[in-house]
Amino acid sequence: MSHIHQIAPAPKTYELELDVLSNEPVNREYRLLVLRAPPELLEKCRAGQFFHLLCPQMGGQAPYLRRPMSIYGVYPEHGELHFLYKVTGEGTRALAMLRAGHGLNVLGPLGEPFSIEPEWDRLVLAARGVGLATLAPLALEARRLGKQLTAICSARSEDVLMSVDLFRNMGADVITLTDEDGSSSVENLEAVLIALIDGPGIDAFYTCGSNRLLKLLQKLGTRHGIPGQIALEQQMACGLGMCHCCVRPFQKEEGIVNLRVCREGPVFDIQEAMAW
Amino acid sequence: MVRLDVDIAGLRLKNPIMPASGTFSEDLADVFDLDLLGAHVTKTITRGFRGGNPTPRVCEVGGSMLNSIGIPSKGVGYFLENVVPFYQAYETPLVVSISGNTADEFAQLCAEVSVPGVDAIEVNISCPNIEEDGKAFAIRPSSTFEVMTKLRRATALPLWAKLTPNTGETSEVARAAEEAGADALVVANTILSMAIDIRTRKPKLGNLMGGLSGPSLKPIALRMAYQCARATKIPVIGCGGISTVEDAVEFLIAGASAVQVGTATFINPTAMVTIIDDLSHYLEAEGLSSVREIIGTVEDGEQREGVVFMEAAP
Repeated sequence: MSHIHQIAPAPKTYELELDVLSNEPVNREYRLLVLRAPPELLEKCRAGQFFHLLCPQMGGQAPYLRRPMSIYGVYPEHGELHFLYKVTGEGTRALAMLRAGHGLNVLGPLGEPFSIEPEWDRLVLAARGVGLATLAPLALEARRLGKQLTAICSARSEDVLMSVDLFRNMGADVITLTDEDGSSSVENLEAVLIALIDGPGIDAFYTCGSNRLLKLLQKLGTRHGIPGQIALEQQMACGLGMCHCCVRPFQKEEGIVNLRVCREGPVFDIQEAMAW
Repeated sequence: MVRLDVDIAGLRLKNPIMPASGTFSEDLADVFDLDLLGAHVTKTITRGFRGGNPTPRVCEVGGSMLNSIGIPSKGVGYFLENVVPFYQAYETPLVVSISGNTADEFAQLCAEVSVPGVDAIEVNISCPNIEEDGKAFAIRPSSTFEVMTKLRRATALPLWAKLTPNTGETSEVARAAEEAGADALVVANTILSMAIDIRTRKPKLGNLMGGLSGPSLKPIALRMAYQCARATKIPVIGCGGISTVEDAVEFLIAGASAVQVGTATFINPTAMVTIIDDLSHYLEAEGLSSVREIIGTVEDGEQREGVVFMEAAP
């Protein structure tokens, strides 16, 4: 089947220099980067999509390739684009040096977003640590659509639990699980999810980043017939789908296929994702 | 108004800036109008399906990158049905990059992609030849001549040979390609490299080794483009680490008639558009009316290559 491409004058993806409004630590481990962005850019952003950031070369850091980062918050009414990140390597060390007034070159929005089907009313998101940042915009979207959302937030200790207030402010029921009090074990999480399934019911799962969460949600999804989506990560070069660096294997009907996390993802069907 | 158009063996390009194979696809149309480019060069395809290499397929090395993608390909059928029609919506010429494991398979694919809508074929003879212990065709003049002869017989379209820096015989390989009927030379592909994570002691690429690209490759590719321009009478298309108009002009002065921009597009997706704009401004500032006036204008004192080599030797 061939198709003739219509050349669209308006780009779907923008390469732009945005102003940094603030870039402050929000707790011991995470920082919140706030950029001023034009409304036409923000209106195109969807939960689960990402931007490819050209981290600055400063303070002895010289990251070369862009770094993909999922959208944490989009606020067209304030003209703001938010990213939540943890300093782990050269790219994020460079990002942490940005101050209000600096510029940051961004490319985006990129990738396929999460979807919320009209018949899904009771949504459950479960994630751990910085993975919650990727799911935060989903809470905004769920509220906009009038969906009931339960956010299960897992972390090492209570004081690094991310996004709890944000999820509460979005009207979500929040369940916190920590390593410190032992509540974040897979067994306990399974018990929490089964209680929800047996109680109000779950129409769809959303998760990201964790292998054990993936396996658990695949198992429960299969057993109870609950669909789900997962946002995945992979090292990237171009972020647009040109280079094929960021592939991961997926279990499709026709067998195992490599798909590009930047283009066919980063959001995938939870049952097609493969544990790593 | 400065003229940017160039002629590559009978194929007119509205400007000398085009993407390097593997760093460009239909996806870039999400960012800018692809008709701004001098040519469209596809990612290399093979006849059959190829899955590509294990991940990680990319890593950073001191302001450049290594990759070992492994030419994933959906095969020639998918390409002819989906990719060629996509580019037919554009005026810009389409250059199809192809590769094969053997000279005969390569030639068969060359014939299969010689269809309306394709304006030139870039033959990636830098890929491993399984009949020669995995050594790339373009490492030796003899294997270059042999594969190019078969490719030449397979198509009437302009044939661009993409050379490899993994050879010690650049000029000889260039002449072998020319003698076998290549219409132009693309100089060059990535150079074989390696990086190791000292914490895990594992190679940073899943395939252990990969190709270096980006600014670190530029001086090597520039030297090769210069050698090829001197060694042959066919047009040379420079490729390797070009990120700015200054880089592009350097290759033009060395003798390249056009240039390909690759890794820079990963850093700035609009890099090629910027270089096209900046090239006009540069030529205007130099008081030139056409980009053709700068091609091959290197002031090298007409030194013989052998003398230069001896003096450059450590």
